Amino acid sequence: MVQSVGTNAPRLDCHDKLTGRTKYLDDLDIPHCWFGGVVYSSIPYGRIIKINFDPSFDWGSVVTCTFKDIPGKNNTVFLTQDQPILAEEYVKHVGEAIVLVAAPTKEILSQARSHIHIEYAASVPVLTIEQAKDKATLISGKDNILAQYCINKGDLDVGFKEAAVVIEGEYQTGFHEHAYIETQAMAAVPRTDGGLTVMGSLQCPYYVLKTLVSVLNCGADRVNVRQLPMGGSFGGKEDYPSLLGSYVALLAKKSGRPVKLIYSREDDIIMSTKRHPSIVKHKTGVKKDGTLTAMEINVEFNGGAYATMSPVVLSRGVIHAAGPYRCDHVRSTAVCYATHNVPCGAFRGFGVPQTIFAIEAHMDKIAEALGINPLKLRAKNCLKLGDTTQTKQLLRESVGAAQCLDTVAKGCSFEKKWQAYRRQNQAARGKKNIQKGIGLALYMHGGAFTGSGESVMKTEAGLMLQKDGVVRVLTGCTEMGQGAHTVLPQIVADTLGIPLKCVYCEVPDTDLVPDSGPTVASRTTMIVGWLLTQCAASFKERLFEFIARTYRVEKTALKLVRASFVSGSKRITDFKTAANDYLSKVGELKVIERYKLPPYIQWDPATHIGDAYPAYSWAADVAEVSVDMDTFEVTVDKMTIAVELGRAINPVLVKGQMEGGTLQALGWALMEDMQIINGHPQNKNLQTYIIPTARDIPDWRVHIIEEPFSYGPMGAKGIGELPLDGGAPAIVNAIYNATGLRITEIPVTPEKLLRQCAKL
Amino acid sequence: MRFLNPSNLHEALTLLSKFPDCKILAGGTDVCVQLRGGGLKPKAILNIWGLNELKNIRDEGRYITIGALSTHTDIIRSPLIHKHIPVLAKACRTIGAVQVQNRGTIGGNVMNASPAGDTLPVLMAYAADVEVTSIAGQRWVPFEGFFTGYRATVVRPGEMVTGFRIAWPPRGERADFIKIGSRKAITISKVMACFRARIEHKKIVGISIAFGSVAPVPLRLKQTEAFLMGRVLTHKTIDEAVNKLASDITPINDIRSTADYRRHCCGVFLRRFLLESLCVS
Repeated sequence: MVQSVGTNAPRLDCHDKLTGRTKYLDDLDIPHCWFGGVVYSSIPYGRIIKINFDPSFDWGSVVTCTFKDIPGKNNTVFLTQDQPILAEEYVKHVGEAIVLVAAPTKEILSQARSHIHIEYAASVPVLTIEQAKDKATLISGKDNILAQYCINKGDLDVGFKEAAVVIEGEYQTGFHEHAYIETQAMAAVPRTDGGLTVMGSLQCPYYVLKTLVSVLNCGADRVNVRQLPMGGSFGGKEDYPSLLGSYVALLAKKSGRPVKLIYSREDDIIMSTKRHPSIVKHKTGVKKDGTLTAMEINVEFNGGAYATMSPVVLSRGVIHAAGPYRCDHVRSTAVCYATHNVPCGAFRGFGVPQTIFAIEAHMDKIAEALGINPLKLRAKNCLKLGDTTQTKQLLRESVGAAQCLDTVAKGCSFEKKWQAYRRQNQAARGKKNIQKGIGLALYMHGGAFTGSGESVMKTEAGLMLQKDGVVRVLTGCTEMGQGAHTVLPQIVADTLGIPLKCVYCEVPDTDLVPDSGPTVASRTTMIVGWLLTQCAASFKERLFEFIARTYRVEKTALKLVRASFVSGSKRITDFKTAANDYLSKVGELKVIERYKLPPYIQWDPATHIGDAYPAYSWAADVAEVSVDMDTFEVTVDKMTIAVELGRAINPVLVKGQMEGGTLQALGWALMEDMQIINGHPQNKNLQTYIIPTARDIPDWRVHIIEEPFSYGPMGAKGIGELPLDGGAPAIVNAIYNATGLRITEIPVTPEKLLRQCAKL
Repeated sequence: MRFLNPSNLHEALTLLSKFPDCKILAGGTDVCVQLRGGGLKPKAILNIWGLNELKNIRDEGRYITIGALSTHTDIIRSPLIHKHIPVLAKACRTIGAVQVQNRGTIGGNVMNASPAGDTLPVLMAYAADVEVTSIAGQRWVPFEGFFTGYRATVVRPGEMVTGFRIAWPPRGERADFIKIGSRKAITISKVMACFRARIEHKKIVGISIAFGSVAPVPLRLKQTEAFLMGRVLTHKTIDEAVNKLASDITPINDIRSTADYRRHCCGVFLRRFLLESLCVS
C-alpha cells in the first residue's frame, strides 16, 4: 500500500511560494481600498490630556477613530480582559494605539498621522521586575502581578538533607523579537450583506473573531475572519491580530470602505509583542554521584503592560522549569510582573526556552561542581518510562529523552571531545587564537494545551467529500510555514486509503471551517491530526455503508485501499466513482467531530499537579563552537540534534522545523539583543536588530527517533516549538567549554565575553 | 520635491549650481533609506546614477583613479584594484549584501560620511585624494582633511564628489583590511581597520594605520604611526605600539558595541597585523 505518512511529500504550498505566485495581503489589489494607520503613544506611561487634530489639515479627506468610536467593548478577549483596543485615559506603554486613521492614499495617510498630536501628562514608568515588585506604582491589580504559580512535589527540606552539595545559579534572558518576514498585516472588506470580512496575516482566525464580535457588538454571522497566506509568525500573530483586526474593522465600518493596514517594520517592532524577559534562579541539591535530590526554582517574567497570553506562557514555562529530570523534591514558584513595556506575548516555545535555558546552563554548573561530565550527569537524572515529572505526571509511554541523549552524544563523540577541549583550552589559555568547545542540552516540550485545556476548547475539525473523489479538510488550523496544510492531508490520505493529491485543506475562514482551536502550542499535528483520523474513520464508515448497499456486499468485509473499494480480493469500485455516486444519490458527505482527551488525563489547575500534557516530545542538542580568543567572536560550527516525536509524518519537514527553530535559538543566544530603554525599543529595524543570516548557519545533523504515542495520529506528537528550546543553552555551554567564561545572561555577545574575561 | 535627471556630467553640474541644496542620489543604498524613514526631506533630488563618465577605474600613470560612481561590485571585479589595492576589494566585499554592492558606490559611501563606511579606512590609509567638482571647476582634497566632523565633509553646496586618485603603492608593501561586525554577513562594522606596512631589514620604513567606527570620523593613527616609523619590528615594539594606540582613538558606546570592546579590538587588529608582518619579514 502506498503511504504518504513517513515520506518527504513536498509542501503543498511550496510551488506557489517558490515561484512567487502566492499572494500575500500586500499583493492583493482590493478595489476602492483605503490605507489604515495607527497613531500610538510615544511615552511609556501617562495620562492623555488632549488629542489635537491640527486644523491646517483637511480632516474631511480621511477617517479617524478613537475609543469613542467603538460600538462594543474596548478590549481584546483573552484570558484577562485588561488590554484596550484603543487607549482611553491612560497609556501604559510606548506603541499603545490611541487614534486610527484611514486615507485614500499612503501619502495622505502619512500627512494625517503627522497632523495628530497627543498631549500627555507623563508619569514615571515601571520598567523592570524590581520596580514592579516595589508596588510604588500599580499597573495591574494590587500587586503588579499578571500571573503566579507554585508547584510542589515532595518535601524540599528532605531533599536538601539528602544532598551532599547545594548549587545555586541565576540565569537571565532579554526581550526577543519574532522578526517574521511579513510584518503584521490585516484588511477589512465590507460584505454585500452588510457584514464584514476581516482577513490577513494571522494564526488563529477564531481568536480574532471572538474579539471582533465583542468590539463591534455584533453577531458572529456579521463578520468572518479569513487567514491569507502568511510570511511567518512564530507566535507573533497569535494574539496581536485581535488588535489589528479590530483596527481595520473599526476603520472599515466608519469609512464604509475596505481598509488595509500593513505595519512598517518600525511600527511592527514598536507595537507588537515580544518574548518575555526572564530571571530564573535555581538552588539544587545533589548527591556526590550526581543524583538530583532537591530542586528549588524561582521564575520571574517581565510581562509588559497587559496580560495578553502571559498567564499561560508563565504556566508552560514553570511546568518545564525542572527540565527533563527526575527529582522527588521540587518546588517551582513563578510570577509574571506587569511593567510599562510593550506587552509580551506568545513566541515559539511559549516560556519554555527561558526556563530550559536556565536549567540546562545550571546542569553544566552542577556537573562542574561535582567534577562529572555533563553527559553523565544528564544521563543519570534523565526522565524514563514510569518516572513522574515535577507535576507528578506519570510518564506512561513515548519517553525518548535517554535515547536522544545517547544518540546525540554518540553522533559527535561528545564525552571525548568535551574532555579534550577542556584540557587543551586550559593549557592554551592566552596562547591560542581560536579555541573550540562543545556543549550539550537535553530538553522536552509538552504537546497541546496544558492540563484539561484541550477538552475545554471544544476543538472541532471535519472532512467533506467533493466531486471526483477529492476530500476537503475542514479545520481552522493555519499554515504559517510549519507545513500543517501538508501534514494534515497526509494523515487524512493514509487513514482513508487515498492518494495525497486527493486531499487538501480549506482556507481557514470562520465561515467555512469549524473552530479547531488556535494553531499554537505544538498541538496541530498531535491534536487536530488525531481528530482527523477519527473523522476519516467515520467518513469511511459512511462510504462503506453506501457501497455495501449499492453493490450488495458485506460492509464489514469492505476496505478502501489505494483509492479502490475492495471486498476480500474483489475490487468493487474506485473512490472517484463512488464519490460521484454518493454525491448524486445520497447528497452531501460531511463529517465534523469533536476532540476528546485521553481518558486518563487528570489535572488540577490550582496546584499545577497532574498530567500537564497528553505527551512530551524530547530532544537533545550538541553545539560545537569556535571562539576567537582575541575578539571573542563566536562561530557555531555544527549542531547535532536528536529528536523523539512519536512519529515523523513528514521527516524533511521535521528536520526543517528542528533546523529553523535551532537557528532562532542561535540568534537569541548570540546576537538578538532587543534593547528597550525607558520603554522605547532601540533596535527598531533589522539593521540594528541582528538576526542570523545564511552565513551564520552551522552544519546540521538531525537524528529522528520514533517512539509512538497511542493518542497521536500514527503515533505522532508535537514538534512546532521544541526546536527553539535547546539551542541557546547548548551553545552557551559550548562557549564555556571553549573559554572558561560562564555567561548567565543571553545574548552572549563578544562585548560580554570581553567584560567577563577582564574580571578574571 | 523635484527630481532632477541629468544625462551627462556637465548637465549635472549646471543643475547642481541651480539647486545647490539638492540631495545627490547615486546608488540610493543610503539616500533611499533616509528618504523612507530617516527624515530626509530635500527640496530636490539630483539623480547622477546614469552618469557613465564617473564609472571608470583607470591606470593614470602616477595614480589609479576611481570614478565616484564605481559600484562596490565594479571595484571587487576590477583587475587593476585586485593587483594593486586588493584590500579595497576586500573592504567592498564586506558591504551589505550583493544587491547593495551592486548599487552602492564608492562616492556614495564617502559622501554618506558615516564613521562606519567600509571603504573609508582604506581610502584613508592609502592617502587618497578626493576630486570635488562644481560648474566652476575641480579641486583635489586630501582624504585626511575631507571629513570635518560627524557626517560632515568639506564639500560645499554646488559641489559634488566625482572621483578619487590613489598613488601607486610601493613594491614590497603588506596591507590588510580587518572588520568586525555583529554577524558573519550583511553587517555594519563595530570596528574596522586598514593597515599598510613596508619593512626592510626588520625595520619599518613605511607605515599607515587607519581605523573606522572608533571616532566621529575615520582616523589615521598618527601617533602610533610616528612611534613605529623607523623602528625595528620586535614583539616589544608591537606591545608598545598597542599600548600607544589608545590615545589615538575615541570610541563610543552605541547600539552595535561598547567603547571598551572597540578599544580592545583596535589593539587586537594592530597586534595581528604587526605580528603577521613580523613573521613574513
